[in-house]
Amino acid sequence: MIAQGANDALILTSIHHITQLVGRIGLSSWEQAYRLLSFQDHNTRVVLLGTAMLGCAAGVVGVFTLLRKRALMGDAISHATLPGIAISFLIATHLGWNEKSLPMLLAGATLTGLLGVLAILAVRNWTRIKEDTALGIVLSVFFGAGIALLGIIQQMPRGHAAGLESFIFGKTASMISNDAILISVASFLCLSFCLLFFKELRLLCFDETFAGSRGYPTTTLDLMLMGSVVVISIVGLQAVGLIMVVALLVIPAASARFWTDNLGKMSAISACIGTVSGVCGSSLSAIYPRLPSGAMIVLFCAGCFSLSLTAGSRRGLVIRSIRRIRMKRSIAKQHFLRTMFELTEHREASFQNNEISMEKLALARPWNSRELSNTIRRATHAEWVTRIGSQIRLTKKGRIEAERLTKEHRLWELFLIHHADFAPSRVDREADHIEHVLEPEIVAELESLLSENQKTIPESPHLLSHSVTAELKEAQLFGEPTHSSENEG
Amino acid sequence: MQSLDNETPAISDAPLCVQDLTVAYHRKPVLWDVGFEIPRGSLVGIIGPNGAGKSTLLKAIMGIVPLASGRVQIFGKPYRKSRESVGYVPQKESVDWDFPVTVLDVVTMGLYKKIGWCRPVGVKHRTLALQALESVGIADLANRQISELSGGQQQRTFLARALVQDANLYLMDEPFAAVDAATENAIISMLRTMKANGRTTLVIHHDLQTVPAYFDHVILLNMRVVADGPVEKVFNEDNLNKTYGGRLTLLDEVSEAMRRRERSL
Repeated sequence: MIAQGANDALILTSIHHITQLVGRIGLSSWEQAYRLLSFQDHNTRVVLLGTAMLGCAAGVVGVFTLLRKRALMGDAISHATLPGIAISFLIATHLGWNEKSLPMLLAGATLTGLLGVLAILAVRNWTRIKEDTALGIVLSVFFGAGIALLGIIQQMPRGHAAGLESFIFGKTASMISNDAILISVASFLCLSFCLLFFKELRLLCFDETFAGSRGYPTTTLDLMLMGSVVVISIVGLQAVGLIMVVALLVIPAASARFWTDNLGKMSAISACIGTVSGVCGSSLSAIYPRLPSGAMIVLFCAGCFSLSLTAGSRRGLVIRSIRRIRMKRSIAKQHFLRTMFELTEHREASFQNNEISMEKLALARPWNSRELSNTIRRATHAEWVTRIGSQIRLTKKGRIEAERLTKEHRLWELFLIHHADFAPSRVDREADHIEHVLEPEIVAELESLLSENQKTIPESPHLLSHSVTAELKEAQLFGEPTHSSENEG
Repeated sequence: MQSLDNETPAISDAPLCVQDLTVAYHRKPVLWDVGFEIPRGSLVGIIGPNGAGKSTLLKAIMGIVPLASGRVQIFGKPYRKSRESVGYVPQKESVDWDFPVTVLDVVTMGLYKKIGWCRPVGVKHRTLALQALESVGIADLANRQISELSGGQQQRTFLARALVQDANLYLMDEPFAAVDAATENAIISMLRTMKANGRTTLVIHHDLQTVPAYFDHVILLNMRVVADGPVEKVFNEDNLNKTYGGRLTLLDEVSEAMRRRERSL
């Protein structure tokens, strides 16, 4: 009881904390949210346009870097921008210029960002260190240097470093319309580059060697793609922040891959996800200024990613498990029909003689009873078999299907024995694994390869399982004609 | 070297003439003084052990890897000027077959240069690509995603991409590696048709048994040309021993020593 009370108290205090927190975050009123969402404010409009353009361009550029397997390059570049920002700030302060002018800060950012790329390439090409390690070293060292410089700025008597940290986590609220225009223009340029050279970039990402052999300047194209990544990372600093800007380059593209197998569609979907995340994230941050826009944008991206991961129409988890279940069912169906056929194979071909009891069927293969009864239910539904009490009988339609399946299975078994040197006793299992993926053209090829009795079903090359063999013996006991014609000849 | 190409007159108008070609990666020599000439309309096999520099030779011919020395002429001109008459089929393992494109998309890549920069692929180009797919027998797979292809179908896709270019000299890197029997037969009959039409083909090959049946010329390569010429003259045990010989040649020892020293630096 006491524990219960304490628990209640704890919950109450937590709720109190949360309401306090919400109160603190929700500095702005509903009125402001309305103003924002109805685009009344010119500045807001421009800022939203900027983040929309940024998300769109990052989505498209991201598709190519993802396919080029350079996804993390953006991360290294963005981290390497921090020392540049700090240095520009220091220089501007010393010369008495406006130390917060964005173009100037971004120029510095670009400089060290590029320096970071060069450092990675240098480490990779001139030492025996691999690219991922080089990336890790450069990323952390440049970021560390940047943080150290920020510390120095904080200590300076004249320094007003406030605002610089918005480059680390992203803050659209600090953006003015000129900044947003700069972002829009730069993003538009990157987007145009990708769309204009769509065909060439596709070739570069798919097959660089072939592109080289056709005379495409692969190094230049590659550098231009990397250049776009640098531009996106730099202009994304203010909106998303340097730690998280890589998310805009990676997550929309990775999410888009779950929906399509077409590069054009993939780019379009990725651009949409980027745009929506950019706009939603920055609006949320504008309504609640305490929520950094970078974090909001990343969380929106993550939401899109989770949705794509599960519901994606090409590679989503749901569609894949549905496909797996279908495959499993079709294999169970094939096993069932083949067993039905094999059990009645050597009986006289009269219709009455085709009945199999459930017990016999259950012993014929190592299947569990639930699986078997489900399979029988589906087969009955498809009119392949009919049930009379505990007896099961193949219908005419079922018989044709079962004959086809058995023929394919045995052709494959024969092929394995004669052309692939398998022991006959092992063949059944091997054949089971592979026959379910046999395509009609392969069956035709097998038939011509083994070109004997193309129309009839070949005899099983190995002893069938116990109950099937029992059935065979039974048949011989009653003196019914069997298949052993070759033995006599 | 490139500027030299412009100044030197054609030494021969053979489909492919290679002289004193040397290639080195990070100072480790891969090809030494390779030289040969192949006659028009011939079907030439390049054979040699792993690491003999076969793929590098093709890349060096097309200028994808830099030459340390030497000269390559194609129909009497440097490669840069005869690119349109050369079709290349890289190893199918060299690309990611999970890439989001269809079979037809891959084949049209062979036409990108003809289509030109920044222009979209048109209906005319798609038709050409479809014809190329038909000639390799997989026109029905045109709209399949490439990740759904079997090894043989992947190889046929790559062949179609080179064929669509309608070149006179084809360079193929292991087109017979890991393909089914039906594809192997289809490829070899296609190569013979091309030969009958006067096209020249240079094929890297790994199956020694089929060399006499498939090719009329052969180049035995192991960092340098051990022998080249008509199959009946040079494809013999002596030359094969020299090419595949178990003992390290002096050349191997030298390059191994250089690699070791490089590593210790």
